Amino acid sequence: MTNTDMTALPRAVPRPPRISPKAARKTKNTILNGTGLLVALLTLFPIFWMISTAFKPSQEIYSLTPHLLPAHPTLGNFSQVMSGQASGIGSFWLFFRNSIAVTITTVILASLISLLASVAVARFRFRFRASYLIMLLIVQMIPGQALVIALFLDFDRLGLLQNLSGLVLVYSAQALPVSIWMLRNFVATVPRELEEAAAVDGAGPVRIFWRILFPLVTPGLVATSIFSFITAYNEFIVALTFLGQAHSDYTLPIYVTYFFNRGGAEWGPIMAASTLYTIPVVAFFLLVQRRLAAGLVAGAVKG
Amino acid sequence: MVETAAYRQGADPASTPRAPLGRRARLPRAGALVRRYRLAPYLLLLPSMAAIGLVLIWPVIQVALYSFQNYGLPQSDGTAPVQWIGLGNFTTTFADPEFWLSLRITVLFAATAVTLTLVTGTLVGLLLHRLGRVMAVFVSTSALLAWATPPVSSSVLFYWMFNPDGGVVDWALSKMPHWLVGSTDWAGFNWTTSSALSAYTVATVVVVWTAFPFIAVTVLAGLKTIPAELHEAARVDGAGAWAGFRKITFPLLKPIFLVLLLLSVIWDFNVFTQTYLLTGGLGNRDEYNLSLYLYDKAFTFPPSYGLGGALALILTIILLVITVGYVRASVRQGALT
Repeated sequence: MTNTDMTALPRAVPRPPRISPKAARKTKNTILNGTGLLVALLTLFPIFWMISTAFKPSQEIYSLTPHLLPAHPTLGNFSQVMSGQASGIGSFWLFFRNSIAVTITTVILASLISLLASVAVARFRFRFRASYLIMLLIVQMIPGQALVIALFLDFDRLGLLQNLSGLVLVYSAQALPVSIWMLRNFVATVPRELEEAAAVDGAGPVRIFWRILFPLVTPGLVATSIFSFITAYNEFIVALTFLGQAHSDYTLPIYVTYFFNRGGAEWGPIMAASTLYTIPVVAFFLLVQRRLAAGLVAGAVKG
Repeated sequence: MVETAAYRQGADPASTPRAPLGRRARLPRAGALVRRYRLAPYLLLLPSMAAIGLVLIWPVIQVALYSFQNYGLPQSDGTAPVQWIGLGNFTTTFADPEFWLSLRITVLFAATAVTLTLVTGTLVGLLLHRLGRVMAVFVSTSALLAWATPPVSSSVLFYWMFNPDGGVVDWALSKMPHWLVGSTDWAGFNWTTSSALSAYTVATVVVVWTAFPFIAVTVLAGLKTIPAELHEAARVDGAGAWAGFRKITFPLLKPIFLVLLLLSVIWDFNVFTQTYLLTGGLGNRDEYNLSLYLYDKAFTFPPSYGLGGALALILTIILLVITVGYVRASVRQGALT
């Protein structure tokens, strides 16, 4: 590492060095690493604080001088959240199940639909192709606040309001524009020759789709799945409006909000609940981190 | 039973060659139709068009219609007729000082949050580019964690950190010397109810904390595309770090910065989750931004979907204007190819 740096950055700098280049490099690296450490710690602190609070007994939470780590760590907050005693509307598991059901259905539905659409956009030249792509860019910007009024009234008439399938419908559609936009780049990188060779060998379009295209765009599907996962797992305004008082249908963000708004906030259980809400998505991110970066680079930042 | 019968028929020596032929003949006909009129792309687009049309486009059209009607609860359940009231909802909105306050808050918040997010994100991106591998992975993973934290979690979490009863930020500020942090009694300072300014300071911290990693990672990806020779040449010519950024990095990454700027403006302009939670549901009317004001008009009893629709239309039009810039920047970058 250092060696390549030495050759890449010759000391041909015209300025006469006051200190030896080696010492200068060392100080520079120390400053860089120190800044890096500071940035990382500042970024991590809130998450650390959430977890730390979740393990603190109530007298430590409200003590006048906060301690970094719980002096007497307790699982009491978590057990209150699990038993449903803290929120009064049910166990964490109920809302977790709701959220996971909505999220996974959304991911599957959005992936399927956007794969079809991205094949159309990447493989065919047709009349409204450019208009379709521009439509995606524009539609992606429409804020949930603008949609939610009409969606609320429509879904009320359809009887889909206090109902998880209503949420799945909305989230799948909301995930589509960005998913298609990202996925078409992955489809475009699959060499056309492969498909043509398969066609010569007598494979029909459906077979070519499943046997050749689908396995090759899997990295792209991972990237778009992450996106639709976040869309569905984090969505707030539509769930808040649709679910209303249907406590047993609450998704996790609405559950945490209900808990938080209930008054007489008990920070221990609230932090325990939001820790449990955050862990799955954070774990998922760490798991797919490398692919995520690849997906972002290939999809979002084309320049 | 029918299947068995068909199977028997197929087993009949006379019809054996015919049955598969008939099946094969029917399939190509549909296929030929698709091929002849080049329907394949349209068929593939059909599901996405249906979903987007019904869930994203039709509601906007409906909302645009409501905004010219007296649409409320009696109209939605059919007990009173829908009346067209022209620009009534818009004149009511523009005559309401709360609307102008919320618009001012929205614009000021977006300007501050966008600037801070872009500056922080770019600085961290530049830092990541110069760090050694281990440190870079450590910093970018921490940033990723912040980015992955759901908005509801981060809002609740920062609300707690900035809480007057036991909040760690209030405690830290109260321990700092007065010349640095002013003479406010920080120990019991209530950020979320004291004023719109302090509430939106917390909202800014939340938004910057969540959004800077995306900027940093994107800027980093852009930095990796710049050939190292350019910066070396500049350094040989005696250019410092700032000149290098201003004369080389920034011009080369300008398209990326433009897209990031427009995206950030759009995101921060219609932030709802964070402000809803940090300002206490819909409790503080003088801390509304445009989104909260809209939501309050549309859903707080008695609901006025017409007024909400007018506001939704205003918000959508503002965002559409920014989006046109975004689309043009993307198209210029060759996004449609």
